[in-house]
Amino acid sequence: MRPYQIALKNLIRRPARMFFLTVALAVGLAAVVALVTLSNSMTADIEHTMDQFGANILITPKSNDLALSYGGISLGRVSFDQRELDPSVLERIRTIKNHQNIAAVAPKVLGAVTVQGRELLLVGVDFAAELRMKPWWRLTGSEPSAPDHALLGSSTAQVLGLKPGERLTISGKTFTVAALLQETGSQDDGLLFVPLAAAQAITSKQGKITLIEVAALCSGCPIGEMVEQIAGVLPDAKVSAIKQVVEGRLQTIGQLKRFSLGMGGVIALIGLLVVFITMMGNVNERKVEIGIFRAIGYRTGHVMGIILLEAGLVGLVAGLAGYLLGVGAAAVALPLLAQSGHPHLLLQWQVAIAAIAAVGLVSLLAAIYPARRAGRMDPADALRSL
Amino acid sequence: MITTANLTKNYPSDAGNVAALKGIDLTVETGEFVCIMGQSGSGKSTLLTILGGMCHPSAGSVEVDGAAIYSLNDDGLADFRARHFGFVFQSFHLVPYLTALENVMLPLAPLKMSAVEKRGLAGDALARMGLADCAGRLPGRLSGGEQERVAIARAVVNRPAILFADEPTGNLDSTTSDQVMGLFTELHQAGQTIVMVTHNPDNGRYAQRTIRLKDGLVLHTTASCS
Repeated sequence: MRPYQIALKNLIRRPARMFFLTVALAVGLAAVVALVTLSNSMTADIEHTMDQFGANILITPKSNDLALSYGGISLGRVSFDQRELDPSVLERIRTIKNHQNIAAVAPKVLGAVTVQGRELLLVGVDFAAELRMKPWWRLTGSEPSAPDHALLGSSTAQVLGLKPGERLTISGKTFTVAALLQETGSQDDGLLFVPLAAAQAITSKQGKITLIEVAALCSGCPIGEMVEQIAGVLPDAKVSAIKQVVEGRLQTIGQLKRFSLGMGGVIALIGLLVVFITMMGNVNERKVEIGIFRAIGYRTGHVMGIILLEAGLVGLVAGLAGYLLGVGAAAVALPLLAQSGHPHLLLQWQVAIAAIAAVGLVSLLAAIYPARRAGRMDPADALRSL
Repeated sequence: MITTANLTKNYPSDAGNVAALKGIDLTVETGEFVCIMGQSGSGKSTLLTILGGMCHPSAGSVEVDGAAIYSLNDDGLADFRARHFGFVFQSFHLVPYLTALENVMLPLAPLKMSAVEKRGLAGDALARMGLADCAGRLPGRLSGGEQERVAIARAVVNRPAILFADEPTGNLDSTTSDQVMGLFTELHQAGQTIVMVTHNPDNGRYAQRTIRLKDGLVLHTTASCS
């Protein structure tokens, strides 16, 4: 028989005394674990969903000091003497370490053109890549597929008064309007899209690319790393993350995580108070028993050890139960909250370890004062019968 | 041997300090069976707790075999109690979630010896009390007399120099009381020093000497309690 065995026997033979404390801690932890697991799983889900929403990396010529503007992306004014990218960069992008994370590469050539007496921004694109990168585009008409097909932004179509099937001439070359882009609320509405080769011919930029948009799937790869990797293979290009997408994503994730942490903090505080009150009551209730321990020669440390061990064990059991309960709750709630139809429950061993350790630590911290009080109890005071 | 000199204990109260002990000088020889008697409030329980190293006196000293026990720090005093004293409490005060054997092993827990040795000593102590068959029972499943004997076994398991007992038969019927006092006599005959507080004059006849207290002072000392 050692002092720690006394704590074990008390918990095993009188489980009811600590049952409600264990349940309270487990439920509190379950709420935190459920929130954290949900936020992590939803973050992954959101990342996965957002990865499908367009480009998040932009590649432009490095020496281009013009402030181009395209699609809400700061590109600046269109200039005729700007430097361009060589088409070989498209091959090199595919050679980076995380090339498997590249979902789509959409090269573009930009140029100012005059159509029906109006200045317009002509955008030469690879329609297949563009449509894959922008699944939110809604077309009126058919998808552009022929070399003389054009796609008009909603504002452009309105200004030019053109409908699908009608023709327009750009710098002497005739195109058929394959489709109109329904209003997107972005600068795409004011653009005129034609196949890349046609735009290169019109703007006299054969074999040149003005910019490249890259859609990267970044669940397992921070966007910053992808940017660095691409910059590494394209030393003459400026590679940057598109801020609005990245920041929007980070903001969403940050809000979820801050909420989880806030809730965790509140619950930890409540847990601390619950353990403290319970252990204080426990010590007062066991005053005679503690008095016996002290009278027969248990040191302050022995008695403190018994109380702290009991609290720590309760914390560990509650931690384990709370973690399992929380993960179960998250598994039930995730399909109701996630954006995608098939969310994946993200289980991380770090969360399990942190949760169980946190409850154990909270229990120990909360029990320090009651244990100290028990350890310093005067045996004669405790045993009033003497 | 226990020696006290000018042992004084004051308790604070609303009306100022109340003197529970007013300068007690006494000696308990090794192997002696001493009975402390007195009316409620006479200071006998206070005297027992101070002799037992559980309550610091306001003034005076307690020496056990030449050691001034209250000059020790808290842990030192706890160690001293663990090695030299045994206690039998009124109401038995067994730990309810420990078996009879585990209760008896309690005083050995802080001592450095093997689990087998502790179990052996506790088993022997229980056997001496005639409770070898009750080792695995929880206190709630023992009779009052059995609980008292477990408490005595617990008090003697560490082979203490001095055994302190506070009203050891206070909750027992007369037959069981006689049995328990018979155990004390056996322990005394085996050389155990015993200091017992009791109200019961019948228990006094088992002791060699009775110290009668009144209002915190030794009224007189006689060779028998009765």
